[in-house]
Amino acid sequence: MSKIRVSTTVNGDHAEFLCESTSSLLDVLRDTMGLTGSKEGCGSGDCGACTIMLDGEMVCSCLVLAPEAEGRTVATIEGVAEGSVLHPVQQKFLEHAALQCGFCTPGFIVAAKALLDRNPNPTEAEVRYWLAGNLCRCTGYDKIVRAVMAAAADLRQERTPA
Amino acid sequence: MSSTVYHAPGTVEDAVALLSADPTARPLGGGTDLIVQMRSGRLSPGAVIDLKRIEGMSGVRRVGDAFAIGAATPCTALKANAGLAAAWPGVVEAANLIGSVQVRNRATMAGNLCNASPAADSVPALVAAGAVCVIAGPSGLREAPVEAIPVSPGKTSLAPGEFVVEIRLPPRPAGGGDAYLRATPRTEMDIAVVGAGVSLVLDGEGTCTAARVALGAVGPTVVLVEEAGAALVGTKLGDDALAALSQAVQAASHPIDDKRGTVSYRKAMAGVLARRAALIAASRAGAKA
Repeated sequence: MSKIRVSTTVNGDHAEFLCESTSSLLDVLRDTMGLTGSKEGCGSGDCGACTIMLDGEMVCSCLVLAPEAEGRTVATIEGVAEGSVLHPVQQKFLEHAALQCGFCTPGFIVAAKALLDRNPNPTEAEVRYWLAGNLCRCTGYDKIVRAVMAAAADLRQERTPA
Repeated sequence: MSSTVYHAPGTVEDAVALLSADPTARPLGGGTDLIVQMRSGRLSPGAVIDLKRIEGMSGVRRVGDAFAIGAATPCTALKANAGLAAAWPGVVEAANLIGSVQVRNRATMAGNLCNASPAADSVPALVAAGAVCVIAGPSGLREAPVEAIPVSPGKTSLAPGEFVVEIRLPPRPAGGGDAYLRATPRTEMDIAVVGAGVSLVLDGEGTCTAARVALGAVGPTVVLVEEAGAALVGTKLGDDALAALSQAVQAASHPIDDKRGTVSYRKAMAGVLARRAALIAASRAGAKA
């Protein structure tokens, strides 16, 4: 079967790829574009390890067909740091040891950044509800929630003039 | 799955033609059920017809005081629409109990309806609200009440070539309120063991003048329980009326035993949830829209 040509924007850059009609966007990101930060955990939208931003909304890229990305804007974990400067969410994950095996971490960071971009002052309950679609089997979540709360505090200070 | 063709038509007519040409073709809204079923091998459609490139398919339109919700509108967009959330909070809350934020950014109420799961969260709320589907097909557009769409688990009454174009919610009646509650072991990322939606209208004295009650996960489809609504009409939702409501709900519940709940638990909880949802709907009916 002939492949479909898709033209899209990934992490700010124009990108074109060829895909099968039912390839997932996750598979194209990982296998065609070499962006292997997004992970496939469950392949059914339960674990959130493949979380990306599609037109500014977080989605499970395993449940997006690659041709759906035509003309859309995609942002992945690879675009979260600015060069070698980590995003505060990434920095706080390191400082709080909010990961162990690391498989879920890219999805958590993309999701946490999406929350803080729209709500820089979330309550702990809001963080926990927002991250309900991201599963972690190592940490028990507590360190992750603390890291996100710390990143939020960090981001608020940056926005407040001293 | 590799033999499935992807189409992204630009018009309703083209979508109908593509769906009519292949009886195994499936419309694609958010894909949170369809793609999972394709990946598991449960479905292998000859084509998926992506509805999101059709104008008007994504978004909430206000038609006077009524609402037209495009079939490809994700659940989170319902919450972002302040007018809709104020008029039909039960419907908007029900749709935003589904899955996670990631899932709700894609999942649609039309998909929730046409997936025809008896446990679909948004459907009892839509049925209680008196929502109507606009359906496109080879012979044009037709309308059907939401409760007429699911016929058994995974099966709908849609004819070949037909798909739901939009879901219409009536204006919130004066003195009206709605609510949906579900029972789940977890607060998020779970499937309803039982669900109950109630929409009712109270007059100036607090007497109920109309009520619709719908249940999820207590039968092969979401079910509208007319006797349960009738138990509230003419009352002020006192203990006797609420007991009659619970009794009518339990009598209409024919659930199965499965890993998520037993028959007796589901029947008991259906009564409890309908009663609680009625009280929330009544408190909302008292508030000004």
